[in-house]
Amino acid sequence: MSLHHHLTAPLIGNNPVTLQILGICSALAVTTTLSTAITMSVALTVVLCLSNGVISLMRHHIPPSIRLIIQITIVASIVIVIDQFMQAFMFEMSKRLSIFVGLIVTNCLVLGRAEAFAMRNPVLPSVVDGLGNGLGYSLVLLIVGALREFLGTGALMGVPLVTTAADGGWFQPLGLMQLAPSAFFILGLLVWLVRAMRPEQVEQPEFRLRTSEDRRP
Amino acid sequence: MAEVFSPIRKFFARSNDDLVKIIGMAVLVALVSSAAVSVTAVMLKPYQEANRAAEQQARMDKMLDTLPGMRDLMMETGVDTLETRLVNLDDGSFASSEDSAAFDLDAALQDAEASIALEPDADIAGIKRRANQSPVYLLQKDGELMLIVLPVYGAGYQSTLQAALAIEADLVTIAALAIVEQGDTPGFGARIEEPDWLAQWPGKKFADETGTVRIELVRGGASTPYEVDGISGATRTSTGMTNLLRFWLGDKGFGPFLTRLRQEGL
Repeated sequence: MSLHHHLTAPLIGNNPVTLQILGICSALAVTTTLSTAITMSVALTVVLCLSNGVISLMRHHIPPSIRLIIQITIVASIVIVIDQFMQAFMFEMSKRLSIFVGLIVTNCLVLGRAEAFAMRNPVLPSVVDGLGNGLGYSLVLLIVGALREFLGTGALMGVPLVTTAADGGWFQPLGLMQLAPSAFFILGLLVWLVRAMRPEQVEQPEFRLRTSEDRRP
Repeated sequence: MAEVFSPIRKFFARSNDDLVKIIGMAVLVALVSSAAVSVTAVMLKPYQEANRAAEQQARMDKMLDTLPGMRDLMMETGVDTLETRLVNLDDGSFASSEDSAAFDLDAALQDAEASIALEPDADIAGIKRRANQSPVYLLQKDGELMLIVLPVYGAGYQSTLQAALAIEADLVTIAALAIVEQGDTPGFGARIEEPDWLAQWPGKKFADETGTVRIELVRGGASTPYEVDGISGATRTSTGMTNLLRFWLGDKGFGPFLTRLRQEGL
């Protein structure tokens, strides 16, 4: 398990969003435009690295009986600090992301990595694991964000790429893409794509539907 | 030095299942976290306040831009921004200019002398306390009032709505409404910030000939000069807006000030 593995495995092979289906609530909320998706990705990656680092640093002294409370307290503090920095230096962006940055605290991805990895591994691998998972999450967010912004408005990063029908061009923006359900559609298609290319990711059903064959004595 | 640190070392050497260690770690994490959060919040506050002030200024500028001919008028009168005056809300008179510079709304609301508690049935805007003074912004030309901007605020659906209401020289016609700050539901209540919605306000009248405040956000189509289309799906934001305007234009708000202006002028 090299550092390189911790960094690259979560990108596609063990992607937190498409394989583990973690943290999709924010993937859905902030991906209407590419720029919010980028900001959210950076914020989450920083939180993930810091929280993994801090929790790994004190892992020998976290009493197991209150470990979740301690982890969530640390994550919440880091998130508030980052939110404060954004309000001070990236005011416009912080207004657009408003509550979603605060909701990083409840992002299952952060607590998931702290509990599954940082509690059992030294600091450096933990930080790298945080970075890798943050990048994996970012990759999905960027793909969904870019598709939604382009199909929904005909622009990327607010720069118009094609002339929309309203301005006399041929491109009719797909209004649905700006609504939350479209993130599910794109995410679903993405999961399908990844699993079609890597069939080993397909989960075995826990229960099989009973067929008429089974019913025979 | 070793003696000083030995209790700390002993503490960390305890088993993680030990009660002292569990409580100690909980307290320690809580203290360190709260210290980190407080220090950041206090240190970054000046930057955040500067951002908010710049945004409010930008909104005020934007509102002035929506008023037809306002920029020309300001050029003509040779001012680049509005004049700020402090009004004593109870009798509608102007306070002295020194008070005006020192006025701080948050401090006034904390101070029992500088603000009053509102009775529940008088408090339609849902603000609980009202300061005794409020700033207003004036545009004058040759000593004549051209435009007056009143800062108003009150409870929306899940946030406090702050707005600036610009009134023309006749003191009943609304020149524009600008939303200064709000945090209602994006896509619903937050649509009060949309230019299309705000564009209906210019030309509306907030009171009739008898001086009764009649401005209202209504469902469906607005049919009288006192009615503005509410926002569908955001009934409580719309009601909140109606109530806060009625409060601030009424007797407990700028009512006495507007009455005095109508009678005696500036």
